[in-house]
Amino acid sequence: MGTSLDIKIKRANKVYHAGEMLSGVVVISSKDSVQHQGVSLTMEGTVNLQLSAKSVGVFEAFYNSVKPIQILNSTIEMVKPGKFPSGKTEIPFEFPLHVKGNRVLYETYHGVFVNIQYTLRCDMRRSLLAKDLTKTCEFIVHSAPQRGKLTPSPVDFTITPETLQNVKERALLPKFLIRGHLNSTNCTVTQPLTGELVVEHSDAAIRSIELQLVRVETCGCAEGYARDATEIQNIQIADGDVCRGLSVPIHMVFPRLFTCPTLETTNFKVEFEVNVVVLLHADHLITENFPLKLCRT
Amino acid sequence: MSEKVRTRLEELDDFEEGSQKELLNLTQQDYVNRIEELNQSLKDAWASDQKVKALKIVIQCSKLLSDTSVIQFYPSKFVLITDILDTFGKLVYERIFSMCVDNRSILPDHFSPENVNDTAKETCLNWFFKIASIRELIPRFYVEASILKCNKFLSKTGISECLPRLTCMIRGIGDPLVSVYARAYLCRVGMEVAPQLKESLNKNFFDFLLTFKQIHGDTVQNQLVVQGVELPSYLPLYSPAMDWIFQCISYHAPEVLLTEMMERCKKLGNNALLLNSVMSAFRAEFVATRSMDFIGMIKECDESGFPKHLLFRSLGLNLALADPPESDRLQILNEAWKVITKLKNPQDYINCAEVWVEYTCKHFTKREVNTVLADVIKHMTPDRAFEDSYPQLQSIIKKVIAHFHDFSVLFSVEKFLPFLDMFQKECVRVEVCKHIMEAFIKHQQEPTKDPVILNALLHICKTMHDSVNALTLEDEKRTLAHLINGFIKMVSFGRDFEQQLSFYVESRSMFCNLEPVLVQLIHSVNRLAMETRKVMKGNHSRKTAAFVRACVAYCFITIPSLVGIFTRLNLYLHSGQVALANQCLSQADAFFKAAISLIPEVPKMINIDGKMRPSESFLLEFLCNFFSTLLVVPDHPEHGVLFLVRELLNVIQDYTWEDNSDDKIRIYTCVLHLLSAMSQETYLYHIDKVDSNDSLYGGDSKFLAENNKLCETVMAQILEHLKTLAKDEALKRQSLLGLSFFNSILAHGDLRNNKLNQLSVNLWHLAQRHGCADTRTMVKTLDYIKKRSKQPGMNHLTELALRLPLQTRT
Repeated sequence: MGTSLDIKIKRANKVYHAGEMLSGVVVISSKDSVQHQGVSLTMEGTVNLQLSAKSVGVFEAFYNSVKPIQILNSTIEMVKPGKFPSGKTEIPFEFPLHVKGNRVLYETYHGVFVNIQYTLRCDMRRSLLAKDLTKTCEFIVHSAPQRGKLTPSPVDFTITPETLQNVKERALLPKFLIRGHLNSTNCTVTQPLTGELVVEHSDAAIRSIELQLVRVETCGCAEGYARDATEIQNIQIADGDVCRGLSVPIHMVFPRLFTCPTLETTNFKVEFEVNVVVLLHADHLITENFPLKLCRT
Repeated sequence: MSEKVRTRLEELDDFEEGSQKELLNLTQQDYVNRIEELNQSLKDAWASDQKVKALKIVIQCSKLLSDTSVIQFYPSKFVLITDILDTFGKLVYERIFSMCVDNRSILPDHFSPENVNDTAKETCLNWFFKIASIRELIPRFYVEASILKCNKFLSKTGISECLPRLTCMIRGIGDPLVSVYARAYLCRVGMEVAPQLKESLNKNFFDFLLTFKQIHGDTVQNQLVVQGVELPSYLPLYSPAMDWIFQCISYHAPEVLLTEMMERCKKLGNNALLLNSVMSAFRAEFVATRSMDFIGMIKECDESGFPKHLLFRSLGLNLALADPPESDRLQILNEAWKVITKLKNPQDYINCAEVWVEYTCKHFTKREVNTVLADVIKHMTPDRAFEDSYPQLQSIIKKVIAHFHDFSVLFSVEKFLPFLDMFQKECVRVEVCKHIMEAFIKHQQEPTKDPVILNALLHICKTMHDSVNALTLEDEKRTLAHLINGFIKMVSFGRDFEQQLSFYVESRSMFCNLEPVLVQLIHSVNRLAMETRKVMKGNHSRKTAAFVRACVAYCFITIPSLVGIFTRLNLYLHSGQVALANQCLSQADAFFKAAISLIPEVPKMINIDGKMRPSESFLLEFLCNFFSTLLVVPDHPEHGVLFLVRELLNVIQDYTWEDNSDDKIRIYTCVLHLLSAMSQETYLYHIDKVDSNDSLYGGDSKFLAENNKLCETVMAQILEHLKTLAKDEALKRQSLLGLSFFNSILAHGDLRNNKLNQLSVNLWHLAQRHGCADTRTMVKTLDYIKKRSKQPGMNHLTELALRLPLQTRT
């Protein structure tokens, strides 16, 4: 193929904040000169909501997807119809990142039922004989750092057979005592979740201790709302029968794109939780849940 | 984009689980091969820009390190896999480094993060995020540790923040063996990337001590039972990793830290394993000064745990390098040997004893060494245990030799020779003998006649000699012969020449298969004869004359057993000269005759250093040498005049010379010189107390006539040859040879003789006839003649010079 279209965003990490100028270049490269009917650049930002099959049933989930919410949509004409010379042509652009009215520029977030995504699309219209060329490119929006100092909210926890809920036969459980703490459940997305965990005592050998990061997405609509918790990632912090009485660090980096500051709007909610999961030999699974509040500082 | 990332992550999981199963049913070699394949596919994937695949491979590999199903293989597996991790770390670092190359300027080696551009930083950050999301602990740890160096791109403090975190992360690894190797890897990477950060090293050590009790916990014990591994073979698996950690810590560490660490180890129960690593990793001086403490601690250790012989071995290794306090030395040896001698397994025993021999040799006398050797013999003889321990036994011998330079002391160690008897496999035995002889040649300063040394070394040399067979390589023979010769040269009985000769006789019978040794013996005997002459100042008594004849006879009967033809010729000549010098005229004649009769056997080509070379130049050289000796050899009363010269000429005449060679003529020219010298009234040189032909004949006219006749014959031969050279391709040779003949006549002939004068003029013309002569040489020659003609009695040369025209260049 002769002609190729590419968008190069200036910042290497493609991260922008509200009010900033999104700049870059559109690169057209071709062996021969290119005849075109104009090149335009569109900036789009949408929130896609989807209802889970679990909460509304398969068919409804399929058809009844909630209408996407548009945050941004603006187009500029970059080049009037004409001709590009052969070789590489770079056309610089600048796009101010502004929202209209009372809309809010949410942070980029890739979830299961909620997706917040921002894209730049470049279209080159061509005559009937040649196909139009399109190139899309995602950029990432980070919300402005929240004002005020983050108040740390440490949590201490102790897990014993007695503290567990949802146990069928408490008598069959082996004895154990696991203590620990999270340094804070109020977290900055750029900083890892930290804490410590000590297996003080356990009759059964420990197989694994894991941190499960969970997203809780809530979509509200006319018929009510759906709330779903799904796993983002599972990080093992102990493998095998760890030494008793020795603290094992809790450390988890929040993955980019898959996490964002905890978000609550009229139509949808994105929240996060972490589960400390202890697997004992003989297939006992112990989970302790901690809701998190994420923010950006 | 989210889709893409998700599928990638899923793929990653699939890849891991599928291929790990594959590795479960493999043999060790297959396993090694498989890992090597993975290493290669990592490089390939990287080269073809499949970064994600490369990461998957690395994760998959490091995952293997969480598997302890064949526990004895774990250390090897660790080495193989960390090798791959190192490759990966290097690839990632270099890739990011190359991204920093802006405007053709390369980052300096010690760059700061500000110099790194955004794209490179972003890529680097991406790697770290990717790795942080690896599900399992062990792969996450190893992969992150492998790219530790990349933190340099992001921030100045990155590494110093990362190391403690990774150190803590290891606490989550339940299996103590897996965790200690993880610590070793981290220490290694840490030392490489940031050697100044010692904190984490110490933290690793202390964390390790905290988890030390796990080794004796139920989980590990159950695992050992399942795998059928005993504790004494399980514990040493820790040593490589621990030694490494300890070594990192103790490198340039202050004494206080070492003492503190040692104290901490002491406090833990059943600490043999720790003790061993302390001894292998800490400075030898540190350990040596506390030897008695260590021995005390070793004794207290549990029998069933870490093998004690390994502990004593480690201690011994330290003592070989550093000296303990003077006052403790004997006690240390006693205490240690008390334990070592009780070891039942010969392998354990010899591994330990080998190390301690060094200490014993260094600080004690032959008595203690003897005791130690006796003990080794006692342990290694039953069931021929020595057969499995040759390397260790060899090393013992080497250590003993290295410390006893005085061989009379060495051989007075009673058990030394019995110890040698344990080397029953011939090649090992010969190796050991070679070591001993090398040491002897190196360290023996004075010639010796000590019967103990002689007996022992003769025995050793005999062993070496007897190992020579048809399959022995030339190099090996040369080495052996060199060693034996070194020994022979060092034997001297002083003025007791008889004894010396009988030693040579004995040596000849012992070393008859090594030609260089026989040659050496002949030279030695010749030297002995000359020594005798020197002592008697040339006047032999009846007794010394008989002795000298015995020496001569020795040479005469030894030479024919040699193979090398020129060796024989030269030795005949040399021995003949010695015989002549000792007034053994008939013996000298015999040598010369033998040499003459040997000449027809000289082959056209001879083997020199494995290459076939024409022999003529050697023969020419030998004959010239021979002629100069013949000048002083008196004629035998019963044979005719110049008997030997005639014989020799006949042989030269009959010898088949190369077709295109002038060597025969060169020899004839030399003969002319000889004959010219022989016709002098008094010869140029004489041998003391030998009447040469000049005094025998006193210028007798008959002798001179014979001489002249010979000259004529030889000259006729030369002229004949010159004639055959009158062909196009040989003209150059003809010119050269003609000129050389001319020179000979000029130097040796009497040019007042008209015939000779005419001949020389003819030769001069011949040399110039075809324009082959070098004008400068001709000019010089003519100048020389003119110069000489001015000397008294040389007037006739003036006339000659006039008859020698110079060819003009046209």
